[in-house]
Amino acid sequence: MAAKKTLTFALMDPPYENGRSTTALRLIAIAAKRGYAINVFAYEGAVALAFAKQQPHANAVHGRDLEQENHPLTHKWAKALIDEAHRNGGKVDWINCGLCVDERGVHEAVDGVRRGSPADFWQAAEASDNTLVIPTR
Amino acid sequence: MAKYLLIESRDPLESRDSGNWYDLARDLKAAGNEVTVFLVHNGVLAARKGARCADFARLLRSEVEVLADDFSLRERGIGGDRVVGGVEPAPLDVVVDRLAEGCRAMWH
Repeated sequence: MAAKKTLTFALMDPPYENGRSTTALRLIAIAAKRGYAINVFAYEGAVALAFAKQQPHANAVHGRDLEQENHPLTHKWAKALIDEAHRNGGKVDWINCGLCVDERGVHEAVDGVRRGSPADFWQAAEASDNTLVIPTR
Repeated sequence: MAKYLLIESRDPLESRDSGNWYDLARDLKAAGNEVTVFLVHNGVLAARKGARCADFARLLRSEVEVLADDFSLRERGIGGDRVVGGVEPAPLDVVVDRLAEGCRAMWH
């Protein structure tokens, strides 16, 4: 069996703004299903992806209640990816840039997310088979 | 010879930089490298039949492999029969495959 790979992803975009965040999570999901070791370095607005206090809401404009709206929460997706990797024999080391967290006040992250710095990103990239940086515009 | 994966997320009619990205792919190929351009998000709009983009047409005339994320195509209502020749719809798994192979990957 081929050795499990280690991939690092750097994300910069905040949730709910554009497709890059969704695609980044799709890529991580594919790697998680394969049981890869995955490093995620969330920088700038991306630190809010795993913010545990995100709340679902109803949509009065479209006349949908909370259940009908079924609003997606990216912190649940982040946790699901961490759990998916674990189930498949891999892991996700999700690092939120500490200064970016402080600036935005999004300190409460889901389990499995830790605080770090760009130095952690460098170390993760050094130890990985490959790294993909998904920059914001 | 190195392997490159250039991921293009922008519509060339929205971003003039896309032309430079296509040219980079062609130049890397001309230098003897193995190059794939993977279109995602609005980057797939260039792959519609009838889309007029000279820079993208030049890319298709090169030997660069051009793939388009099938999910992005579906999101935009672009069926396989509306994709221009020279572009192959492909799953996003290809990006993870190439990363795992050690391709030099860049996102635009």
